[in-house]
Amino acid sequence: MDYQQYIFLIPLLPLVTFILLGIFGRKHFKTSAGIIGTASLLASTVLSLIAAYNYFFVDGKVNGLYQKIVVFKYSWLQFSPDVSIDMGIILDPISAMMIVIVSFVSLMVHVFSLGYMKGETRFATYYGFLSLFTFSMLGLVLSTNIFQVYIFWELVGVSSYLLIGFYYDRPSAVAASKKAFIVTRFADFGFLIGILVLGFYGGTLDIATLIERLTSSQSAEFLAISTASFVGVSALTWGLTLVFVGGAGKSAMFPLHIWLPDAMEGPTPVSALIHAATMVVAGVYLVARLFPIFSMDAVVLNIVTWVGASSAVIAAVIACTQTDIKRVLAYSTMSQIGYMMFALGIAKNGGEDGLGYMASMFHLFTHAFFKSLLFLAAGAVIHAVHSNEMKDMGGLRKLMPITHISFLVACLAIAGIPPFAGFFSKEEILLAAFQSNKIIYFLGLFTAGLTSFYMFRLYFSIFWNKSFHPVHTEGEEANPNDEGTLSMKLPLIILSVFAIFAGFVPFSKLVTADGLPLETHLNILFSVTPVALSIIAILFAAKLYKTENERPAKIALSLGTFYKAITNKFYIDEVYLFVTKKIVFNLIARPAAWIDRNVIDGCINGMAYVTATTSNVIKGVQSGKVQNYALYFFGGIAGLAVMFIYWWK
Amino acid sequence: MNEIPLTHVLYVSTALFFIGMYGLFTRRNMITMLMSIELLLNSVNINFVAFNKYLYPDKLDGVFFTIFIITIAAAEAAVAIAIIINLYRSHKSIDVEDAAELKW
Repeated sequence: MDYQQYIFLIPLLPLVTFILLGIFGRKHFKTSAGIIGTASLLASTVLSLIAAYNYFFVDGKVNGLYQKIVVFKYSWLQFSPDVSIDMGIILDPISAMMIVIVSFVSLMVHVFSLGYMKGETRFATYYGFLSLFTFSMLGLVLSTNIFQVYIFWELVGVSSYLLIGFYYDRPSAVAASKKAFIVTRFADFGFLIGILVLGFYGGTLDIATLIERLTSSQSAEFLAISTASFVGVSALTWGLTLVFVGGAGKSAMFPLHIWLPDAMEGPTPVSALIHAATMVVAGVYLVARLFPIFSMDAVVLNIVTWVGASSAVIAAVIACTQTDIKRVLAYSTMSQIGYMMFALGIAKNGGEDGLGYMASMFHLFTHAFFKSLLFLAAGAVIHAVHSNEMKDMGGLRKLMPITHISFLVACLAIAGIPPFAGFFSKEEILLAAFQSNKIIYFLGLFTAGLTSFYMFRLYFSIFWNKSFHPVHTEGEEANPNDEGTLSMKLPLIILSVFAIFAGFVPFSKLVTADGLPLETHLNILFSVTPVALSIIAILFAAKLYKTENERPAKIALSLGTFYKAITNKFYIDEVYLFVTKKIVFNLIARPAAWIDRNVIDGCINGMAYVTATTSNVIKGVQSGKVQNYALYFFGGIAGLAVMFIYWWK
Repeated sequence: MNEIPLTHVLYVSTALFFIGMYGLFTRRNMITMLMSIELLLNSVNINFVAFNKYLYPDKLDGVFFTIFIITIAAAEAAVAIAIIINLYRSHKSIDVEDAAELKW
């Protein structure tokens, strides 16, 4: 089947929707915007599914090897015969997988938002932004050129900024959107320099060519980039590290994670789409896309591994203490992305050692379903309770049966209980870690236990614990309708199905580092430890949070300052504030402002002052009196006469 | 009868020139100023004629110039009087001090 006929429609349909809703939405589509956006995305999703199906099962495989198919490519900016920024579409296992995830989750979010955002004054704008995001994300995953990736990378950043700040009348949302934009933009600066370093030595910006040139250890480009060094580190390491900095910023890896919890100020479906399932995994996707080059450099892979692992652990620890349910989910997202990162870091390109790569992509796949399900379910809860705080919830299982069940499914999935989706991908990651690095394995195991604990802490606090006292105004009884419209329940049900069954996708046959299918052998004995750990953690959480009791408070008290440090997220935000406000502002910004105000403005003001004063002095000459002018005229003539007589010989 | 020397003629023309200049600078009435300008022009005419007569008696260039200047002076007077009349219509005055709007 010819992909050229329809694949460009996948990203273009949301773009058209965005333009339509962005320009005419507020006037003409005030209420129909949701239907329009959803319909166009439904078409996009169907096309993605067709494309992915054709790729994986019909013609993507040649001689048992998945090909990278460049569907179309257009030279957009040509710098030199070799270097150009292209706009193209590539289909390979990970991009085919990503378009399915992005369009599908986005579709679910579109449907959910029909109910969740109903009656919002900027309803059309909201759908416009969602479409913009979907377009950018699809463009990002289909890119053939590393600069094209960068362009779409910035576009997803912008749409994330717009959506976090959607409730722009709340100062906290505005602050959060700015924080997200600045932190990721700061990281993107690293990405840009990384691109330039790789592009400079590789002599091209095309990803496929770049990979080809930089992975054969005999090529001139590889020799150049690995011998050139700066501060004792090779240019290859620098370039890849800087690219990874960009990815870490987008994927909220420690220490660039500070924007993600605050980003929860946005509407909850947005958090489900952008800050759980799609945009935040862009960093993982980027590393995976350039993985053949990453695998040439052990140092960078080590950085990826440790950043991923530390993020996973730190986020899981913090998540145990947060009380805002969306923030718990945000930290859990960060923790799971840390998982994907370190799985990439411990992988090698191809063969049995490529297990980590495949596991990482697998986890990305399953995580997208259960995490967006968690967020949407949390959205439904927030919609009903009108609060983000755990203490306002409790005992909701009777009031919201569908939300309850789907949340439970998602929790079991993320906790890695068989046969839910998370179990399979997490086992693959732990197995890969076990085979290559025992320390990472134990960190991963520890995180897995913590994950089960805080997810079930959340689950029990929301749906069990005390009986529900509505915080509604007097007289307004909580009723079963609180669970929301059908459009809100339907995505929960569909995603629950995926959260249960996504693990059975024969992923190792489809997505691997080198395109060859990988034989996985799930070892039951190996799975016992993580699963047992998860169950213990769940029982522990149940003991603490299933009924209302004093135990959690006592434990918190006994941990003392340590607990306080965790609640305050290890004071990382404070460190950032200290660095920016005290150091950057005082030592760099203030002197710069002083120079601007006094030296540069002073020069300009001085020039203006001199001109004004001089003209004030000499303007009396222009008296408007004819006789004065005549006098100057005669004076001038007399002066000239004197000159001619005495000096002109 | 002795010929009058050139310098005498020049004294007269110089005197005429400075009388004209004095009038131009001191009088506020525009008609008087115009008359002063005529004095200036005529002093120049005298110079032209005198130099022609004393230095190049066989040529007529200076006399031609004088005729040109007289012609131009007539035209200039016409233009100047037109300006003065217009000024009078707008300002109800031909005092040059009253027409000092064109300044900074």
